[in-house]
This record gives sequence, C-alpha cells and structure tokens, in this order.
Amino acid sequence: MNSTLLSNIFRFILLLAVQIVIFNNMTFLGFIMPLPYILFIILYPVNGNRSGLLLASFSLGLIMDIFLNSGGTHATACLILAYIRPSIFKFSFGISYEYQTIKLNDVLTPERFSFILLSVVIHHFTLFLLEAFQISFFLDILIRALLSAVFTIISCIIIIYLIKPNKR
Amino acid sequence: MQQIFNFIFKNSTRLLFLLLLCISFLLTIQSHSFHRSKIISSANFLSGGVYQQINDVSEYLNLRTENEALALENARLKSILFNTKDTSFLKRMDSIKGIPADDILVSKVIHNSYNVHENFLTLNSGSNDGVKQDMGVINDLGIIGIVDNTSPKFATVVSILNVKSQINAKIKKSNHFGSLVWNGKSTGFVQLIDVPRLASVRKGDTIVTGGQSVIFPENINIGTINKIYIDNKTNYYTLDIKLFNDMTNLGHVYIIKSKNREELNNLEKRNTNE
Repeated sequence: MNSTLLSNIFRFILLLAVQIVIFNNMTFLGFIMPLPYILFIILYPVNGNRSGLLLASFSLGLIMDIFLNSGGTHATACLILAYIRPSIFKFSFGISYEYQTIKLNDVLTPERFSFILLSVVIHHFTLFLLEAFQISFFLDILIRALLSAVFTIISCIIIIYLIKPNKR
Repeated sequence: MQQIFNFIFKNSTRLLFLLLLCISFLLTIQSHSFHRSKIISSANFLSGGVYQQINDVSEYLNLRTENEALALENARLKSILFNTKDTSFLKRMDSIKGIPADDILVSKVIHNSYNVHENFLTLNSGSNDGVKQDMGVINDLGIIGIVDNTSPKFATVVSILNVKSQINAKIKKSNHFGSLVWNGKSTGFVQLIDVPRLASVRKGDTIVTGGQSVIFPENINIGTINKIYIDNKTNYYTLDIKLFNDMTNLGHVYIIKSKNREELNNLEKRNTNE
C-alpha cells in the first residue's frame, strides 16, 4: 500500500515535470501539443481510492493551468476523465474488470490500447471544447483534439514502454 | 439526520466530483471573461521561477539569432541617427518637463504560448520593476500584447494572438482606423476589422497602431495587408494582416510605461461621471 502511494506521488511529480519542461515546448504545426501528463490518471491503480484519484487529478490539472495560463480547463478535463474512468474500464476490459489483475504498464494489447485511446480522446475533446468556449469553433476544436490525441497516444505508449519494469 | 449522513457517506465520491467540477467550471468561466482571475496565472513565484530556470538554459541555444537581431536593430538605429540632418526630425520634447512622455522597460519573454485560442506570455519583470496592468508590450519589429496580471517578479501578457484581445490600429498612409483582432487560425496573421469602405486599401499597405488608445504610442508597426474582404453583414472591410513579428519566436521585449495614461484616464472618468 505504502509503496503504491509513493510510486503514485513520484509519477505525479515526474509526469508534470516532463510535461512542463519537454512536451510543452514541443508543438507540431503550431497548434498540436502532446499532453502525456494524463498518463497519471490512466496508470492510477484500478482498485485505488476513487476520492483520492479525483483530488489528485484535480490538482494535476490545476497545476497545468497555472503553468499554461488556461484558467480551469485542464482541471475540468482531468476531473471528468478521472470520474468516468471506471466506465471506460468496463467498456474495454469487460464488466468484471475489478476482479482481474489489470496492469496497464505492460505489453500493448487491444484492450489496453482501446482504454488509452478512449481516455485520451475524451480528455482532449473536453479540454479543447472548454479552451475555445465557443461553439462556432467546433470544426477547429475537433481537428485540434483529434490531431493532439494522436500525438498524445504516441508519446504515452513510448513513456509506458520506457518505464515498464522489464522482468522477462 | 442519520439518513442525511448516510446519503453523504454513500455518495461521497460523487459529491466530491460535483464540488470539484463546480470549482473548475467557475475557474474556466472566469478565465474566459474579460477580467481574468488573479489566482490561476503563470505570474506567480512557482511557475514564474520554473520558467525562469528553463529559460536560463534554453537561452544559450538562441544566442546567435538574438545577437543577429540586436545587430540589425543597432544598424537601423545608427542609420536613423546618421541620417538626421536637422533638429526638426528629432522627437519633440515635452516643453514643461523636458522628457519624453513614454518610458521604456526592457524585459524578456520566459514563456510563450501560441497554440490555443487564448494565448498568454510570461515576462520576467513584475511590479517590482514598475510593470502595471494594461501597459503595452512591443519589440523592435512590432507590437506583442498588453500586460494582464503582475506579481512582484513576473508578469503575464495578453498576446495579440488571443481571440479576446482588441487593439486600435490604423492604415499608415490614410489614417483610417479599425480594431485588430485574431480569428484563432494562423499564428502569422491577424485581422483588422471595421475599416470603413471609404478607406483606400491595397495589398501590401502597412498597418500601425492608432493614436486612440493610451496603451500604445502612435505609429508602432504591426504588419502589412495580405488579403482584403468585405464583410457582408456590416459592409466594412476586414483585412488579413501579415505580422512583422514571428510570434512563435520572441526574446527580449520592451514594456511601454505611458506617463500620460493616468492623467488621461482620470480626465475621461470625469467626463463619464458628469
């Protein structure tokens, strides 16, 4: 229990630092920015404390907002992702996901990939919708969300493979 | 009473979610209103300090281009200095105080954003250096934005690449003015709207700041006209303007302290009160 808590705190700080120092300066075509910091919410233990996840993802988003001057958009998007995470689990791993031992940071299987894909798309769509805050930019929002999601997923998978504990 | 407590305990996660959602929604809405929240901005010691550290490192990578830009600007200033033949060309001094009306502060961009609809910059000088809200920020090529929030050491700037920003600008040769806005599409172009149909506009004309606002002095470069449309609804011109500045690559900037601003603001306030 204690070691999972410690590793979560460590992941929180490390992902934020990597996001702010490296990925915030990585922009493709002027508007696509990968946001792999949401990997914290994705990799949070399946049976972990839900209120703890909500609080942690709220503060994660708020810190990103402070650094990016974006008000509360990242906080809202992270919070929504954290809240609907169990439903995404149910969708991609089946109803009895709580009794399986799901390890996300392992070899990529279709289930894991669909989970990451859904989480990233939902997060990005909420984020860009709130960032523009005008329905007249809808097409623009859609393009931005989808293109950024592609880059986020690629960077997420690369990070998962990098931090994967290699036993075999 | 027991049932209320039971309800709260049973739905604690959902209630926590709703509470946090309310807070974050409030912050979001506040950030989109004109008077922005003072809490969530990068002009605080934590994020400002981190950006300062990152910038200290990345600065070395840009030393060559920065030097070239400085040399170019020096050459331009020298040419102005050498070509002044008579005193009529010099800037007219304030006859009573004997100093120019504007004071200029040098600062540096330590964080630059250009990939969302509402972009902000962070500068490494704040209220300790005399930076206040609504001061204009320019560099040698043209305008950059308007100071938004300040902390003792840092300041945030509403970039001209922000769909909420609106700056008075005019066509250099004809003095017809309009409002400079951004449609959120390309980082190299902004739009000048509400230019009257009487104005003679041509592709390639220079756009400069107008004298109607107290934030920027008159005749600071902005860009050149790239495309001309006629707005069907209002019958005014909408001009696409190619910026002189590359907003994705900003280094040192100048903050303009207008000395006349308070006097003018007070005067205008008195007029509206009466």
